[in-house]
Amino acid sequence: MKQEFPKGEIKSIQGRSFTIRGDDIDTDRIIPARFLKCVSFAALGEQVFADDRKELKGNHPFDLDHNKGANILIVNDNFGCGSSREHAPQALMRWGIRLIIGESFAEIFFGNCLALGIPCLTATKKEITKLQNLVEEDHTQKWYFKLKELSITNQIETVKLDLEEGAYNMLSTGKWDATSQLLDEEEKIKYTISKLPYLNNFR
Amino acid sequence: MSSGTLYDKVWNFHQVKELPGGSTQLFIGLHLIHEVTSPQAFSALNEKNLGVKFPNLTVATVDHIVPTSNQQRPFSDPLAEEMLATLENNCKTHGIKFHGIGSDSQGVVHVMAPELGLTQPGMTVACGDSHTSTHGAFGAIAFGIGTSQVRDVLASQSLAMNKLKVRRIWVAGELQKGVYAKDLILHIIRHLGVKGGVGFAYEFAGPAIEKLSMEGRMTICNMAIEGGARCGYINPDETTFRYIKGKAHAPKGPEWDKAVSWWKSLASDSKATFDDEIQLDGSSIEPTVTWGITPGQGISIKETIPNPELLPKNEQQIAKDACKYMNLKPDEPIEGKSIDVCFIGSCTNGRLSDLQEASKIVKGHSVATGIRAFVVPGSQKVAKEAKEKGIDKIFLKAGFEWREPGCSMCLAMNPDKLEGRQISASSSNRNFKGRQGSANGRTLLMSPAMVAAAAINGKVTDVRNFLQE
Ligand code: SF4
Repeated sequence: MKQEFPKGEIKSIQGRSFTIRGDDIDTDRIIPARFLKCVSFAALGEQVFADDRKELKGNHPFDLDHNKGANILIVNDNFGCGSSREHAPQALMRWGIRLIIGESFAEIFFGNCLALGIPCLTATKKEITKLQNLVEEDHTQKWYFKLKELSITNQIETVKLDLEEGAYNMLSTGKWDATSQLLDEEEKIKYTISKLPYLNNFR
Repeated sequence: MSSGTLYDKVWNFHQVKELPGGSTQLFIGLHLIHEVTSPQAFSALNEKNLGVKFPNLTVATVDHIVPTSNQQRPFSDPLAEEMLATLENNCKTHGIKFHGIGSDSQGVVHVMAPELGLTQPGMTVACGDSHTSTHGAFGAIAFGIGTSQVRDVLASQSLAMNKLKVRRIWVAGELQKGVYAKDLILHIIRHLGVKGGVGFAYEFAGPAIEKLSMEGRMTICNMAIEGGARCGYINPDETTFRYIKGKAHAPKGPEWDKAVSWWKSLASDSKATFDDEIQLDGSSIEPTVTWGITPGQGISIKETIPNPELLPKNEQQIAKDACKYMNLKPDEPIEGKSIDVCFIGSCTNGRLSDLQEASKIVKGHSVATGIRAFVVPGSQKVAKEAKEKGIDKIFLKAGFEWREPGCSMCLAMNPDKLEGRQISASSSNRNFKGRQGSANGRTLLMSPAMVAAAAINGKVTDVRNFLQE
């Protein structure tokens, strides 16, 4: 069953997890450039990591049966670098990813994920390696992420995570959704319009 | 912090409120859309059950994917046809004015909007395309946005933005014969770097800028983004007003004078403070060509390919990559380098004066054997006016192809592409690896007149040789 897209306050996420190993995985690898030419993001989920998957002929983490339905991705350093295209987080989200944990993220990628309600949290290299090993030991285990505690646990082992304050506040209050914020106060927009000469016959 | 600049004034007019995350909600006066970045935005709007708030402040055209040889519908590329049909539908559903195929105002979005008088001083202009900075030539704050921001502007006519710093680039003197706006901006980017403008709006000012026509000013602002500045602008003056007057969307009757006096009040004050100021001498600039894989890798026509080892540390790696990719050797001259394809067009240099200047070079000559050369007017209006002046004939007679308007080989999303290792002399704005449609194709950026000279000689040529005849 397809999960719903993120909505409102994001305080906890639970589900199965898997890893994509490697530093500097860029947006072109996450979603190859040729998929830019599309009229809707809807089909992007199937194309995530398309070229890597083709190369691995069904053995890529995004193809393995036991990862179907998983929603937590554990990555390494500088994930999402390269072009600023939003297709990359869109593709991950539409495949089903709801939370990404890694050593670090490219700034624009981080922002684009946040704007979709997908938290990207960080931990030290040592902690990430530990988490990746734990995750890979047993694909069936469930992981629990709590924003307030900034940690993820399988109820035996717990890994502490990091998130900048601005992003933390936006997720915990549901204010990560830019569109709804902009629609909050229509009166103020109307007021701005009323003061713009070129929208008022230069009166 | 800057104050009293055009950027500050226009920003203040459009500020809606401070947002919780610390950014500003900024009202967008003119929103331009095209077929590539808008469809996903409309579908995101549908997913959120939202409509278009002010359909009359969004204007659409089709440019990126249009074929330039046969514009018969349906297009032969089904994906291109689907993108166009989707835009048509979205415009119809939401009541947005669409200047589509068959309309005499269709064209590259940054060419057609100014032609219609849509772009005016003091506006905020946004479009899902990085070269939206072009519209800053009119004294507007204009910047490119991503798809989710296109969605936000459709939904609310506003955006969450952080205010930029302002750097004034003062260009003294006067451009010499054979040196054009394109040479000036390539020179600026060369010296400030492709990331030099990150976090800044660029104000271009000074005698050399003031002397430029509106079309030259658009060329300058168009490439501000290639220097890292998300927007670039020029203070409005009589040249600006003369260009706008009489255009379809220009203020009319008694409104005109009121508009002009408001526009005048927006120019940066003589006592304005800038976050940074830079001065250049316009008279010393020579025709400039890029040799590498970023628009910052430019040299004058008389210089040689730089030796990567002798460059500043942070430029060495990319220079080495560029030499390898371009198959150029350090210390080799750029003048005389053989080329395969010549492209005159794009939102940087696809306007009437660009074609006119290039045609002056071409007149009485022919394209060298083995060279494929073509002209793609920036819009239907440019094409029409060029034909009226017989410019198309000059190009055709010389052996150029004369095409229908569109983005064409600027980014090769349509059938116009380089093949294999081909190297082009191009009047467009990006020379990134693979930009012109072949994964290992190569691009040399230069002014349209320089492209014309290259087409005739089959190699990179100093256009001034043609001007002395
Ligand atoms: S001409 Fe080139 S840069 Fe301009 S809008 Fe088209 S693709 Fe973009």
